[in-house]
Amino acid sequence: MSFQHLLPGNLYYMIELVNIKKSFGDREILKDVTATMESGKVNLIIGASGSGKTVMMKCMVGLMEVDAGHIQYDKQNFTNLDVAGRKELRKQIGMLFQSSALFDSMTVEQNVMFPLDMFSMGTLREKKKRVLECLDRVNLKDAAKKLPAEISGGMKKRVGIARAIVLNPKYLFCDEPNSGLDPQTSLVIDQLIKELTHENNMTTVINTHDMNTVMESGDHIVYMFQGQKQWEGNNKDIIFSKDQKLNDFIFASEFLREAKEMRQMDMFKDKDWREQFKKQAEAGSDEKKAAE
Amino acid sequence: MEFKFFSLFGQFLLMLKGMFTKPENFRMYWKEFMNQCVDIGIGSLGIVVIISIFMGGVTTLQTAYQLVSNFVPKSTIAQVVRDTIVLEFAPTLTCIVLAGVIGSKIASELGNMRVSEQIDAIEIMGINTKGYLLFPKIAASMLMIPALVIIAGFLGIWGGKTAGVMSGIISNDEYWRGLRQEFKPYNVFFALTKSYAFAFIISTIPSFYGYNVNGGALEIGRASTRSVVVTCILILVADYGLSALLLANG
Ligand SMILES: Nc1ncnc2c1ncn2[C@@H]1O[C@H](COP(=O)(O)OP(=O)(O)OP(=O)(O)O)[C@@H](O)[C@H]1O
Ligand SMILES: [Mg+2]
Repeated sequence: MSFQHLLPGNLYYMIELVNIKKSFGDREILKDVTATMESGKVNLIIGASGSGKTVMMKCMVGLMEVDAGHIQYDKQNFTNLDVAGRKELRKQIGMLFQSSALFDSMTVEQNVMFPLDMFSMGTLREKKKRVLECLDRVNLKDAAKKLPAEISGGMKKRVGIARAIVLNPKYLFCDEPNSGLDPQTSLVIDQLIKELTHENNMTTVINTHDMNTVMESGDHIVYMFQGQKQWEGNNKDIIFSKDQKLNDFIFASEFLREAKEMRQMDMFKDKDWREQFKKQAEAGSDEKKAAE
Repeated sequence: MEFKFFSLFGQFLLMLKGMFTKPENFRMYWKEFMNQCVDIGIGSLGIVVIISIFMGGVTTLQTAYQLVSNFVPKSTIAQVVRDTIVLEFAPTLTCIVLAGVIGSKIASELGNMRVSEQIDAIEIMGINTKGYLLFPKIAASMLMIPALVIIAGFLGIWGGKTAGVMSGIISNDEYWRGLRQEFKPYNVFFALTKSYAFAFIISTIPSFYGYNVNGGALEIGRASTRSVVVTCILILVADYGLSALLLANG
């Protein structure tokens, strides 16, 4: 549960999924998912391959229609919106695709310029300035004149990010932003997304199975297991989670299990955290008692 | 089987209907339309020039071969060549070839955009992808294909004359006289009607198959082949239908 919207001075662009269901034929992919993507944070959707992460994200942005349930954007019911309403809302959405989805006949600069050309009435100079700003933000000023076929996978992702943020969206969606990249480049991308999210106070949703991302930028994490939400929390909770399925998924190797134990010890050294954890544990046991 | 046909046909109509929304930015649509005109029109001009010249030449030689009689004036050859080219060869043959050239281009371009999520990327920006991607292609085809057919008609007749004169079948003057014998403007109207119908088929069917590809690169090839086959069949069916309708009492 997030109370962020009650805090003063905080804009809140929340996304809520309410009882979402989605099937293909008679295969149920999403089975009654309810979750909240919190504002101003990096929200992660994690889960094994085939657990329905991409489907869930596509449902959220309306590239797929849900069979039941609805999606709220900041108190606006997206699922019931008509075509015009959706178009309007989509101007506030940026998305980075798994395959980057750059337009291959256009240069990097033209790719980033495209949303501006389509929607903003500014002069060419203003538009160029904004494009350069965005390319600069993702460290790609030098590649402006190159074609997508001439740049590397990591660069494509960064161009994708630049294109997604060029219209200053309130919501940013990234489908596996670091799949197929080396660990160092992935970290750069993660860091970039995290910074952009906090700078612009966006609500960011990332689909990933990269454990680095989970630990580094997981402000809020939703773990999907076979089409259902299995666990929800943040990257500190995850260290102490008792959920067996989550543990099997996240700490899959011996190495990671050891790393987890070390992190647990580290965190216990921090007094504030210890207090908080104690409280949480007590609350947990209270709940159990109440259930009994 | 029948159900599948009706469901496909329904989807096809929905696609056409979905194209008509207010453009997000008229200038971008216009730019895309112009690009497509260049791609479709100029891009296939070369092949149209080649096939129409040869088609005219062959028509002259074969007509002369079939009309070997002293009672038939030589100019009749030119008259027959003219009517064959205007009525059938310029519109139908050209469009069958264009079905391959333009059809596969449209289907594979859209298929590639679909598979690499580019269509989704445009959709997510709040742009009507059917309007932005399909409408300019179809409009450009409706403009450029009839123009190519007209060019093919002129070049075909010219090619026929060149072949006839070169092989000594017919003299320049006789050919010109033949061209003016019993000329019916209605035939030109018929040819243009056909070429508009074919242009619609050549642009919409591959758009439909390309836009709805799902899967990988293999599917793009499949969609492109299938769309060319379906387009060719539909062109021939439409050719027959229009001939029966417009020439039956002519
Ligand atoms: N268009 C579709 N038609 C039919 N089934 C689909 C479609 N898209 C996805 N699926 C099925 O939905 C299930 C979930 O797919 P999804 O792509 O959401 O997995 P994922 O969690 O994103 O996996 P990964 O981490 O490998 O990307 C898969 O079993 C897939 O076969
Ligand atoms: Mg996926």
